[in-house]
Amino acid sequence: MRDRELVIVGGGPAGMAAALAARAAGAQDVLLLERDQHLGGILNQCIHPGFGLHHFKEELTGPEYADRFARQVAEDPGIEVSLRSFVVKLTKDREISFLRPGALEEVKARAVILATGCRERTREMIAIPGSRPAGVYPAGLAQKIVNMEGWIPGREAVIVGSGDIGLIMARRMALEGVSVKAVVEIQKTSRGLVRNVVQCLEDFGIPLYFQHRISMIHGRDRVEKVSVVKVDDEFRDIPASGFELSCDTVLISVGLIPENELLEMAGAEMDRKTNGPVAPEVNLTSLPGIFACGNAFKVYDLADSVTRDSELAGRAAARYLGLK
Amino acid sequence: MSYDVVIVGAGVTGAAIARELSRYRLKLLVLEKEAEPAFGVSKSNSGIIHAGTQNSPASLKGWLCVEGNRLLREELAEDLGLNLVQCGQLIVIFDEADLPELDRIKAEGEALGVKGLQLVDRAWLDANEPNLGPEVKAALLVPSAGIISPYRFVYALVENALKNGAELKTSCRVTGVTRIEKGGFYVEAGGQVYATRFLVNAAGLRADEISALAGAPTFRITPRKGEEYLLDRKREHIANRIIFPLPSKTSKGILIIKTSDGNPMIGPTAHDTEDKEDLATTDAGLAEVLAGARRMIPSFEKSDIIAYFAGLRPVAGKDFVIRHEDSAPGLVNAAGIQSPGLTSAPAIAVMVADILKKHGLELRPKEQFHRLRPRPAHLFQIPLEESRRLIEKNPAYGDIVCRCELVSAQEVRDAIKRGAVTLDGVKFRTRAQAGRCHGGFCTTRILKIMQEELGFPVTALTKRGPGSELIKDERK
Ligand SMILES: Cc1cc2nc3c(=O)[nH]c(=O)nc-3n(C[C@H](O)[C@H](O)[C@H](O)COP(=O)(O)OP(=O)(O)OC[C@H]3O[C@@H](n4cnc5c(N)ncnc54)[C@H](O)[C@@H]3O)c2cc1C
Ligand SMILES: Cc1cc2nc3c(=O)[nH]c(=O)nc-3n(C[C@H](O)[C@H](O)[C@H](O)COP(=O)(O)OP(=O)(O)OC[C@H]3O[C@@H](n4cnc5c(N)ncnc54)[C@H](O)[C@@H]3O)c2cc1C
Repeated sequence: MRDRELVIVGGGPAGMAAALAARAAGAQDVLLLERDQHLGGILNQCIHPGFGLHHFKEELTGPEYADRFARQVAEDPGIEVSLRSFVVKLTKDREISFLRPGALEEVKARAVILATGCRERTREMIAIPGSRPAGVYPAGLAQKIVNMEGWIPGREAVIVGSGDIGLIMARRMALEGVSVKAVVEIQKTSRGLVRNVVQCLEDFGIPLYFQHRISMIHGRDRVEKVSVVKVDDEFRDIPASGFELSCDTVLISVGLIPENELLEMAGAEMDRKTNGPVAPEVNLTSLPGIFACGNAFKVYDLADSVTRDSELAGRAAARYLGLK
Repeated sequence: MSYDVVIVGAGVTGAAIARELSRYRLKLLVLEKEAEPAFGVSKSNSGIIHAGTQNSPASLKGWLCVEGNRLLREELAEDLGLNLVQCGQLIVIFDEADLPELDRIKAEGEALGVKGLQLVDRAWLDANEPNLGPEVKAALLVPSAGIISPYRFVYALVENALKNGAELKTSCRVTGVTRIEKGGFYVEAGGQVYATRFLVNAAGLRADEISALAGAPTFRITPRKGEEYLLDRKREHIANRIIFPLPSKTSKGILIIKTSDGNPMIGPTAHDTEDKEDLATTDAGLAEVLAGARRMIPSFEKSDIIAYFAGLRPVAGKDFVIRHEDSAPGLVNAAGIQSPGLTSAPAIAVMVADILKKHGLELRPKEQFHRLRPRPAHLFQIPLEESRRLIEKNPAYGDIVCRCELVSAQEVRDAIKRGAVTLDGVKFRTRAQAGRCHGGFCTTRILKIMQEELGFPVTALTKRGPGSELIKDERK
């Protein structure tokens, strides 16, 4: 088992910012492990502009934003990037096992930063009843399908949830010629940015139903329609308020959850509600020498905030290592 | 094209029959209307290898269940490389007054030959099942119950039957059956006609329709819906055994189920429906299942749920319908295979072979019957050190596609080589997309591997067969 100074798991904006900041604070040997075939994480599929206004004082797309960091990381001789490297095991003593094509590797780190991002909440987590046909996608997956692969999942869509990802996907689908029938939101207001409600829905004439929920998904093989019902302030269905929308696609955008299975495996104390670590301050976990940052620590709205806080994580790890 | 036996349906019943008959020198054909085997009732059930208790000793399903359980434990699991976990079960009571009921179930089970039954008290339960709620007073321990992956069981049976010379045609619905004057049938399916001496009907929910087509409208199938809710694997150790309440007239009740992949499951409901296609889950079903499960283990939370589904039990009265139909000579029904059909399948297969023999089919053993089926490699089932050896031999086992369930690109390719043609087929064989993110991260990668291996454009790939296309258009 090889000894390493600092191992960072996840090569999204959080992992990259942490790596660069740790280097600036004196770390000599940083190993950055990324499961995908490139750095950048979720940013690679966010091809819309709106990134970097704080950090770079200009408006970039997600891939442009990621690329700025990826280039710095690539040029840094003190950072070893290992792509297609999937971490499967972490112990509280900071032993890490990862798989990559051709090998199972094991390293022991003096400090670890987890920057594994988050996953989407699914249809199942909000238990939408009905059948289980093709055409029900998490919105982030749909974003990847459209933006990374150039595939169009359907022709008529209903979107569940009015957070930013839902709003941005409503517009994205509309731009691809998909008829977006509605965005259905169970709350009274949108969690998304006001500018997104305006630019993504109003400008495209897409109706937004507040205090409504999907009460049933219909269709044997492919989605055929959804039943929608209005709810009261206690989220109870209002009788006789139901209606149906025909569609072949339902995109689910009902929030994100930190992806922290490794931290849990190592035995860190977890908050069962948020799936983030229980921590007295940002980026800490209950395990000494193991840090978490970016969306793995808590769900952030803006990539710039991820970058800012993840730099703190890099510096905290350096401090833990007795540098500077 | 002429066969000795045509089997309608590639669920667990048809698959087990095909595998059993493939021991003999027979020309066999299995016809399945869905895109892959196991896409009917056999994919949507609790996956329990029942011990045989909770059945009347006078019933066919009672003794077929005990015998199926024995065959699986003693032969098939090993031969077919199946992951059968004999975790045992508990039937719990909430009221001391129900103790005589447990005694009755114990006596009936023993009459059927179920071994090791034992009444256990609250102290035993506290020591062995610490998460049980305060309402539970005592239980009957049934050690021979186990769990299995239902679809992987079917795939193993089918693969082994094919290896032994049986033929399978999928996406091939039987639409007509004509009696041949001098014996046998012409079976119309998927635009072809197949002549056969014997017709075995294992068509699940549609078995009444097939029997009627063949000239024996002797029973009717009523679907009985069961909703099931899968929990996050983090809750794996919430129970060490499968936990049952006392059975009702129509079902075994809401259970706490272990699954062979680790995720616990709660369910199933049991409600009759008219619609053989109604696989919708409901708000009411979820509430019923949660309430039932919490009575036994109170700490279940709605947020533990990561997946759910409904299955329809093909019910034709109280018992299985397994018989030769004298009004349609040559037709053998293996119908009304409600629970415990998954468990009973190996024994049903032997029984069907006997019936065929009695009605003139000569069963001459093959010189070489391939009894064994190699166990496919799954990273999630093996320790890391074994993964290392696998990856060193074939680098693609280290190329992880599904991060929640640890599935490599090579396992996806293996699944396709073994017959998967749909996204669900890949999921059932490998578990890719079956975890907590539901394919959020891996679906595009799997679709690309499927494109490569199958040579289809992405717009032709489906979730579970024609009509369930996943991608409507492609921007070039
Ligand atoms: C679907 C989606 C859409 C979004 N859209 C926007 C948007 O439009 N605008 C915006 O400002 N923000 C958006 N966000 C928020 C965005 O996630 C954050 O701003 C930022 O990208 C988070 O960075 P991160 O590095 O923490 O996580 P990620 O970018 O998710 O990076 C995590 C990385 O860790 C890797 N990883 C995970 N587990 C392992 C492991 N076990 N081994 C190795 N590597 C691993 C992953 O492959 C990934 O590359 C979106 C988030 C999601 C989920
Ligand atoms: C909720 C639930 C829980 C259960 N739990 C358990 C359990 O824990 N343990 C247990 O032992 N049993 C259990 N069962 C019962 C078990 O699932 C069934 O008994 C078993 O799967 C029946 O298998 P089958 O092959 O007879 O039917 P199926 O699997 O439905 O197979 C029949 C096949 O025939 C095909 N077919 C139909 N019509 C045609 C046609 N015209 N042409 C060609 N093909 C056709 C269908 O597509 C299907 O694939 C449960 C059932 C349910 C619903």
